[in-house]
Amino acid sequence: MAIPAIMKTTAARLSALYLLLFAICAVALVFYIEALSMRMLTEQTREAINEEVSGLAQAYQRGGLPGLVRVVRIRARQPGANLYIVADPTGRILSGNVDSLQPGVFDTRGWTERPFTYRRYGEDSDAEDRSNHTAMAQVIRLPNQMLLLVGRDLGEPEQFRTIMRRTLVAAIGLMGLGALLIWYFVGRRALKRIDSVSKASRQIMGGDLTQRLPVSGAGDEFDRLSENLNAMLDRIAALNEGLRQVSDNIAHDLRTPLTRLRNRAEAALASAEGTEDRNEALERTIAESDQLIGTFNAILMISRLEAGYSTEAVTKIDLSATVADVVELYEPLAEDQGVTLKTEQVDTVEVGGNRELVGQALSNIVDNAIKYTAGTGENPTVMVSLRQEGGAARLSVSDNGPGIPVEERERATERFVRLEASRSQPGSGLGLSLAKAVMSFHSGRLELSGNDGGLTVAMVFPTGDNV
Amino acid sequence: MKILVIEDDREAAGFLKKAFAEVGHTADIASDGEVGFALADSGSYDVFVVDRMLPRRDGLSVIAELRARGNTTPALILSALGEVDDRVTGLRAGGDDYLTKPYAFSELLARVEVLKRRSGSKDVETVYRVGDLELDRLAHSVRRGGQEITLQPREFRLLEYLMRHAGQVVTRTMLLENVWDYHFDPQTNVIDVHISRLRGKIEKGFDKPLLHTVRGAGYVLRDE
Repeated sequence: MAIPAIMKTTAARLSALYLLLFAICAVALVFYIEALSMRMLTEQTREAINEEVSGLAQAYQRGGLPGLVRVVRIRARQPGANLYIVADPTGRILSGNVDSLQPGVFDTRGWTERPFTYRRYGEDSDAEDRSNHTAMAQVIRLPNQMLLLVGRDLGEPEQFRTIMRRTLVAAIGLMGLGALLIWYFVGRRALKRIDSVSKASRQIMGGDLTQRLPVSGAGDEFDRLSENLNAMLDRIAALNEGLRQVSDNIAHDLRTPLTRLRNRAEAALASAEGTEDRNEALERTIAESDQLIGTFNAILMISRLEAGYSTEAVTKIDLSATVADVVELYEPLAEDQGVTLKTEQVDTVEVGGNRELVGQALSNIVDNAIKYTAGTGENPTVMVSLRQEGGAARLSVSDNGPGIPVEERERATERFVRLEASRSQPGSGLGLSLAKAVMSFHSGRLELSGNDGGLTVAMVFPTGDNV
Repeated sequence: MKILVIEDDREAAGFLKKAFAEVGHTADIASDGEVGFALADSGSYDVFVVDRMLPRRDGLSVIAELRARGNTTPALILSALGEVDDRVTGLRAGGDDYLTKPYAFSELLARVEVLKRRSGSKDVETVYRVGDLELDRLAHSVRRGGQEITLQPREFRLLEYLMRHAGQVVTRTMLLENVWDYHFDPQTNVIDVHISRLRGKIEKGFDKPLLHTVRGAGYVLRDE
């Protein structure tokens, strides 16, 4: 059986399910109440009959059969009276207010097993009419073999039962209506929202990555979902952009050294010179390819760090130890280049991070500082300091070299950007980009500043809670 | 030296076999993890060179199972993944050294030779000697020809490392790893400057050079 299209929506299904559930509960409840009430009513009927019987028994004891018949006659004439019959042992009615009753009632003694039908005395003698009345009764054999029947009409419980049935139908009807309304108002609205989301996502899948999911501003779960999906899309777009940049950069900046490498190898092959020259050419080729590999690794590392899916381990690291390590590592090189490399103020600061990455980033910055400060000014100096300032640790490398113009600072940390002034210097141009990526991995930032000449590059790490 | 190379790239494996042969080593090639494990488990090799990603069985599990079976042959892990964590997992699995692709053969060779020597370890010796140069690890003193040489702590560690591997080529990255405990690739010749300082201290005033530069590879401390 095909499910109607409307049933394929979650809202409709939920409504139907709720309807079914409530209906079952209502039916069960109604039946329970009915059964309980019926039992109570039957109990009351029995008690009333019992009372009658004991009253009649007293009358019989006092006045014998005639006394009994008299009392029966009086009682039978009262409005809404119970059923009374005095009959002979064969069941022929001698007195009472019943004209006829279902055959076989007098065969029982005591309570009738089930309700029986009867016709009252004076009622229309149409036989069918008898079925309109049902009653339960107690049949007693008097000491003189005569039969006494005291019964009570069951019209009241029957009426009650009918009312209950009607209530049930009405309740189920109302619930059906309620379910429809819920489906219409909640379901349809939700459907419309979801439809707009799927429409937008289809457009995005179609290639329009700038498209965003609609946010209604209601702040409900649909908005939250859309906001999260939008954030995800932003991230994807950023990654995509990063990837595109990487491939662009690889294409642009690796092409030149690769071409140079190839030319060198070709020249070596073609040269008629001796083995000495050839060996030298080969060595330079190897050195060049090593540098290419280094550049390539740096690009991969930056992308990985920026993408934020690096699995690099994070532990507590002592930044002051890293400063000491790196300064010690670069001190001879600086001296060689005529640059003074020294530490100014080093606070003891521990941050959560990766020692290798921080070490590498700091090395790159110090390396750059030495490279660009060497041979400039009277007394080229590179100063490293580590300060705990409020909720952050500030690891700065300051030099008194030429610095970077304010308007170019932002660009300086972009991949492969080698500002005009530095074109002549060796290096991949990835040092600051890598440092920046390392800082973003550590949820910190890289700050470039400096005035009246010189450049200060600061690695700012968040520490403690007040970040 | 007998080397087992477990590497699925035929060209790379062939190159390694040839290159090792040229410097006088024998290399057997296994092209997947299962074959590699079987060879490593049965044969007698001085060093294993194991690629991390292999068909049928990955390199780390090969090394881990060899270690579990009590095989202590030094193993060098080759990997295209270059993150610090990978190095850590590699070494934790029982590898002794880790090299990221692409690598220079000279780097691999230097590391393999150092690994081999490690089995006959010099760790127990308290005094290293190369020619007339003498380093006392306990007393933290260095002498040459009976003359005391004063070294900075890092210079001492650098010389100690060079002397422990005397006669073997050590690369710049090996020095950075073992003396400074950093695994990145320094952009400039920082290590060279440290070496030339050390060279100045141990060779100045003496006729015979001990610390030699090996072009395209690194350095070697040797009494020639």
